[in-house]
Amino acid sequence: MSSAAATEQAALPAAPAAPPRPVRNYRRRARVLSVVKHTILILLSLVMIYPLIWLVVSSLKPNDEIFTNLSIFTTDLTLDNYIDGWDAQGLPFSQFLLNSAILSLGAILGNLISCSLAAYAFARLRFRGRNLFFAIMLGTIMLPFHVVLVPQFVIFRELGWLETFLPLIVPKFLATDAFFVFLMVQFIRGLPKEIFEAARIDGAGHPRIFAQITLPLMTPALATTAIFTFIWTWGDFFGPLIYLRTRDNFPVSIALKGFVDAQSSSNYGAMFAMSVVSLIPLFLAFLIGQKYLVKGIATTGIK
Amino acid sequence: MSSLGELRSMARTRKAGSEDKSTPDNKAAYIFLAPWILGLLVFTIGPMLASLYLSFTDYNLLKAPVWSGFDNIERMLNDARLWNSLRVTFTYVVVSVPLQLAFALVVALVLDRGMRGLSFYRSIFYLPSLLGGSVAIAILWRQVFGTDGLVNGFLSWFGIDGPGWISHPDYALGTIIILHIWTFGSPMVIFLAGLRQIPDMYYEAAQVDGAGKIRRFFSITFPLLTPIIFFNLVLQIIFAFQSFTQAYIVSGGTGGPSDSTMFFTLYLYKQAFNELDMGYASAMAWFLLLIIAGFTAFNFWLSRFWVFYDD
Repeated sequence: MSSAAATEQAALPAAPAAPPRPVRNYRRRARVLSVVKHTILILLSLVMIYPLIWLVVSSLKPNDEIFTNLSIFTTDLTLDNYIDGWDAQGLPFSQFLLNSAILSLGAILGNLISCSLAAYAFARLRFRGRNLFFAIMLGTIMLPFHVVLVPQFVIFRELGWLETFLPLIVPKFLATDAFFVFLMVQFIRGLPKEIFEAARIDGAGHPRIFAQITLPLMTPALATTAIFTFIWTWGDFFGPLIYLRTRDNFPVSIALKGFVDAQSSSNYGAMFAMSVVSLIPLFLAFLIGQKYLVKGIATTGIK
Repeated sequence: MSSLGELRSMARTRKAGSEDKSTPDNKAAYIFLAPWILGLLVFTIGPMLASLYLSFTDYNLLKAPVWSGFDNIERMLNDARLWNSLRVTFTYVVVSVPLQLAFALVVALVLDRGMRGLSFYRSIFYLPSLLGGSVAIAILWRQVFGTDGLVNGFLSWFGIDGPGWISHPDYALGTIIILHIWTFGSPMVIFLAGLRQIPDMYYEAAQVDGAGKIRRFFSITFPLLTPIIFFNLVLQIIFAFQSFTQAYIVSGGTGGPSDSTMFFTLYLYKQAFNELDMGYASAMAWFLLLIIAGFTAFNFWLSRFWVFYDD
């Protein structure tokens, strides 16, 4: 609804009270109200964003100035912290970025393939036990992973997969991120049925309907899945904390933890600088994928 | 609709077998589902049963599990640190989830309908919820609430000498709760989508009947939004019980000061991977599952008194 309509709507009940002038009065009141609203919202935006701005500015300040001068207005900027921080965790930070990138790509690929396959079956096929399986699938979204934690660790240990990326990637190829199955099911259900019926009449089998019709039509859902998977994998801390304990394998989340552990050295500047580096990919994903992210949460009510 | 809403409507329409009458595609379906079914068996159902068994054993990874009956359960009952971690987790869940949702709802209501700059504000408010789970933000939080941090810098303008929030047992948990509220953006986006689905004609009809703004909110907006609020509440509670990263990083991995940020999951992690007490950790995990299930059931029972379903 447009703001003009909203104004008109709210003006109606006031109208009978004092005939000609109130409309203009109301308009003035609406304008004041809108200024107040925007002022509050802008202040709130500032409070929300300020810590992030402070993080970025602090990462560019000389180390001894970060806590002596908390202001974000400074001319004394330097890239020293980035240079120091890059090598502060025993290996160049590029190694950790690379590890995070491999983990993320593996997880994205796994989720895209396995979740879309399962989603097609749930959304388009009739089979025995469908409702039961579907209910189980939805249930696993809410299952606290702690009840599978220890046995999974034992399985991966027996397979000799500790200190490899496999425990964090292989499950994704088996659609263990059921949330994305659900997201895709919701999307496929929203596609017009006639397309699928027409394809069936033309004699296309399910593999073809899936690959040549469903997948191209569901690219928005695939994009949402890819972006969310990226953000969650990039930020994941618990999984790598358990499975990756040697430095060569650290993703950025664990590498950053090194700064907290070794805070006796108190190189805050380097810590801030590498924190910023670790957030840049997330920020880019936000900029590129905002539309998909918003739509994704709106249609599934996140999880 | 959320996964929870889907489950609820499935439970309600169970008997309405008015499916299409085409032949079933059992074979094709099971092929498409094969990866998921394999994953379900190998990574979910199998491990669940195994950890249920391990709950009744003494197991340290090095030697085969030894059946110990109810020892782990008895130990849990007498473990003061465990009960403290439960209290910390409860406090976190009960305070941070409702506050975050209330905040999200209020901002969504302000932003709703013909608000200029809506997409700008939405982006700004949503960004923290994307970043909030990361280690970098938890590190930032340590400094924002540190002794010489941003918060105390701000307080010093008013002549207030703030404590070291992170290192004080009375305040450390509060900083993690604030971090959770800071990520109100994603429920806000859900509420905005829900608000948009309320048909304009309801408001128009209420208008004709002379309902004022407040009346319209309590008679139209809020009732129609209650299912969304409810599903969000239940799911956020489920996930808040499992929070880990923020408490770990903010406390430097200790759950301190004085166990004041020792979340249940953090204590579980320590039992499993520091003490290698895998049997005890499994028992704790099942305890957590039961607590969450109990909370969820209680929420569903409560919902009968305040949630309005259109169907």
